[in-house]
Amino acid sequence: MRWLTKLIEWLDQRLQIGGAIRASAFHRVPRSTATWWYVFGSGALVILVLQVVTGILLAMVYVPSGAQAWNSLQVLNHDLTLGWFLRALHGWGSNFMLALVLIHMVQVFLFGAHKYPRELNWIAGVFLLLMTLGMAFTGQVLRFDQDAYWGLGIGASITARVPFLGGPLVHLLLGGPIIAGETLSRFFALHVFVIPGLLISFVGLHLLLVLKVGINEWPVPGRLVRRETYLKQYEEQVRKDGVPFVPYAIWKDMMFAAAMILAVAVCAAVSGPFGPSGQPDPTIIQTAPRPDFFFAWLYALLSFLPPQMETPVLLIAPVIGIGVLLLLPFLAGEGEKSWRRRPIAVLTVLVLAVSLGTLTHLASYAPWSPVMNAWSGSPLPTQYLKGRSPLERQGALVFQDKQCRNCHALGGAGGLRGPALDSVATHLTEDQMIRQVLQGGGNMPAYGKNLKPAEVTALVSFLETLRPAGQVPARDASQSQMSTAERPAPGQP
Amino acid sequence: MSEQTELSRRSLLMKLGILFNVVVASLVAIPIVGYLFSSLRRNNAEGSEAWISLGPFTQFPVGQTRLAAYRNPFVRPWDGTTADIPCWVRRIEGEQFQVFAVNCAHLGCPVRWFSQSGLFMCPCHGGVYYADGSRASGPPERGLFQYRHKVEGGQLMIKAGQLPTLATHAQLFAHQGRTSCAG
Repeated sequence: MRWLTKLIEWLDQRLQIGGAIRASAFHRVPRSTATWWYVFGSGALVILVLQVVTGILLAMVYVPSGAQAWNSLQVLNHDLTLGWFLRALHGWGSNFMLALVLIHMVQVFLFGAHKYPRELNWIAGVFLLLMTLGMAFTGQVLRFDQDAYWGLGIGASITARVPFLGGPLVHLLLGGPIIAGETLSRFFALHVFVIPGLLISFVGLHLLLVLKVGINEWPVPGRLVRRETYLKQYEEQVRKDGVPFVPYAIWKDMMFAAAMILAVAVCAAVSGPFGPSGQPDPTIIQTAPRPDFFFAWLYALLSFLPPQMETPVLLIAPVIGIGVLLLLPFLAGEGEKSWRRRPIAVLTVLVLAVSLGTLTHLASYAPWSPVMNAWSGSPLPTQYLKGRSPLERQGALVFQDKQCRNCHALGGAGGLRGPALDSVATHLTEDQMIRQVLQGGGNMPAYGKNLKPAEVTALVSFLETLRPAGQVPARDASQSQMSTAERPAPGQP
Repeated sequence: MSEQTELSRRSLLMKLGILFNVVVASLVAIPIVGYLFSSLRRNNAEGSEAWISLGPFTQFPVGQTRLAAYRNPFVRPWDGTTADIPCWVRRIEGEQFQVFAVNCAHLGCPVRWFSQSGLFMCPCHGGVYYADGSRASGPPERGLFQYRHKVEGGQLMIKAGQLPTLATHAQLFAHQGRTSCAG
């Protein structure tokens, strides 16, 4: 081992960075920060390294050409030894990195780390989050399949809503008037050069600031941050109760980072690479594009916004959101750090987490999307046809044939865009059904032009049979009142 | 020479050096910016669009809506299948047509035609349109985008070349208005 010591000495005589490295490694941190809560940032960093390595290895094979990208992914998946595993590592690494960045962000926010004097570090972190999201989106495009193609179309449609500049911005985004070869090359340059370059520089800044300003101490309720006294208090805490980062704190970071890499590898080995789905051929329109997991909430949000709200929300909400994140350390730069005494902060995190979680969950089964093949692929449950009259059965046929099933479920199969109709006869009268079918309304298209009167009669007579056994059909209240008043003979209408 | 003048001479030279770099950087930046924004340049005098044929108009049955496809008029050799663009052709009667973009007016997903119910449905957020392209239900704010079209020498021609979005629709819509006024 003496030769190694000699080599290091030789190098350090020339490089003279040993001192700086030792100073960084052994700098003293408050003992309270050597905790499992402080491992998420370094975990994300280690995954970033994994992404860089696997990314370079994939770029050795991947062809960033509109015509060949999809084929090169097939080669990676099927022909090249362990190409599938590298793609899977990169894809799962991306998910883990985004998750860790988000967890890290929530943790530093709840521990008040954005407050004085760490404002700049928080701001660098916000940019790192945006870049990570940018990497996720551009990476999804490089997996140049149907989802990527139509995802770009969605990106272009959103961009097109920018007032006045929409058209030119779309051309700039796509690298031309349509989604084609130049679009992919452009996103390749962003994913491989531009964003990683920025990302690595910002990570450098982020780490430098942690070293210069010192890591956030464990927040104690009641110990308030004041600009005048904070630095002195922190110094004193480090002097009195500080421990060298190496080895007191770093072993937890190392354990966690290794566990994360192992988790990525296990996920990659078990579930394999993501896609690609069908070829990026827009003439194959039998497709239902879906975004990747981390953009699913946006997919859900876009289906729930009222039409007139969409453009303002799409264009203004991100500006406000990013603005609030960037201004946060200036709006709340002092005072209480502990989450135990910051109910609004905790509530904000909870509301955001529950909202994003709910939207993501909804996106997993997309109740707002018609099931495009339900009319031909999901047969009617037999109990809805047994013992029915010929007219009612004819109505059932109309129900299937006119794609009603794409939006209305029966027997648990079919679209969820409209209400399930298993018990429709208990709450709609014949007249109401006819009106709803012909005129539509409440998110249903009007079928007046596309149904013959005989078809409407048959359809409605089928719908009238749709009620659970033992439940009475819906009745027109005014008519029933009249009939009690007049007491007509039984059998009369 | 005194130290004072020596220093100011150096600082002048340094300032000149900065100035020289700024000038050169600006000169080099002009073509770089030009290159970066080259995708904004129009492909021809009429913009990013050109008249192209969808084939003989008689191949589209009267009263039906069919999927057609064309090769985008402006392509790169490496575009592959991405430059094959589909569209919905509705032949109303005789030489009367409507040609719709497949892209939903909401966020651009491909709408599918269901001839049985006479509706276009979008698989993404559930936008629905009637046979004439007008909005039926769901999140879209407007009807389907339509191409300018004409029948010439027995061929159904459409003016195509760019992705239909809300930004290009103003243009398309203006053309439509003009055509209908003139015709």
